[in-house]
Amino acid sequence: MKVLLGIAGSDETDAALEETVRRAVEANDDLTVAILEETDHESSPDEVEARARDRLDEADIDATIRRVSGDPGSELVEIAEREGFDRLVIGGGQRSPMGKIQLGSITEFVLLNAQVSVTLVR
Amino acid sequence: MTGDRPHSDEQADRFSEPPQTFEDREGREITIRALDPDGFDALAEMYAAFDPADRAQGIPPTGEDRIEGWLETLVDEGLNVVAWDGDRAAGHATLVPDGDDGESYELAIFVLQEYQESGIGGRLMDALLGYGRGNGVENVWLTVERWNTAAVNLYEKVGFETTNAESFELEMSFRLN
Repeated sequence: MKVLLGIAGSDETDAALEETVRRAVEANDDLTVAILEETDHESSPDEVEARARDRLDEADIDATIRRVSGDPGSELVEIAEREGFDRLVIGGGQRSPMGKIQLGSITEFVLLNAQVSVTLVR
Repeated sequence: MTGDRPHSDEQADRFSEPPQTFEDREGREITIRALDPDGFDALAEMYAAFDPADRAQGIPPTGEDRIEGWLETLVDEGLNVVAWDGDRAAGHATLVPDGDDGESYELAIFVLQEYQESGIGGRLMDALLGYGRGNGVENVWLTVERWNTAAVNLYEKVGFETTNAESFELEMSFRLN
């Protein structure tokens, strides 16, 4: 399966990367990791890319890493459709002080607008 | 969460601090008290009996361990009031600080299914906001799924105003002090 994973420097990113790589190894997915540049997280895109590369090397899979600038949600949806991906994977669902799950604007945009199947990793 | 969102300007004087005792619409005598440590187990039992269909945005969690872990956070960090029917917990409302400034608190309220629509939710809100006001809470906010009209109506009745309607959930807030 041709899978597009979108990640940025948030906590959910690690879970999404881990889960997607694990699945890609098992299912022999054709994986592309999109590093989202236009987000305001603590980790820079370079750091996110370095972590992703480490994880992919460790799993010994041949995945593509690319940088995505511009509005993250719409770019991911656009790439998934234009390039014929079967599935789009994103992390999402931060917890409030109370413990409520809150979906961010990128997650919401992707869930509502993607024409391909979306996996939300929490 | 930030503390600089717009605040509603309602007068908050009308809230009364716990304890409060009243008869609910089913004729049960209900007492609302601030949660003391002895009440923890009964509260955990209420959540163990909670109908999963009434969960919202991932809370309350399911399973004994997760419920207790979640409640411990609320008890350690927050302000909690519980509606008691004898020694049975019928409802619970809580304010949990953001951590940013110690002035802004997130609110949640849960009423056990068989006690819903009996006037307990409104009284719990009254007691919680009275309790919060007495403890110097300045700003209260919450998020609620927009289809949850019963909850939205309750919050609006108390005086909460919608401060963000752009995502899946409505964000509402209320100026207390």
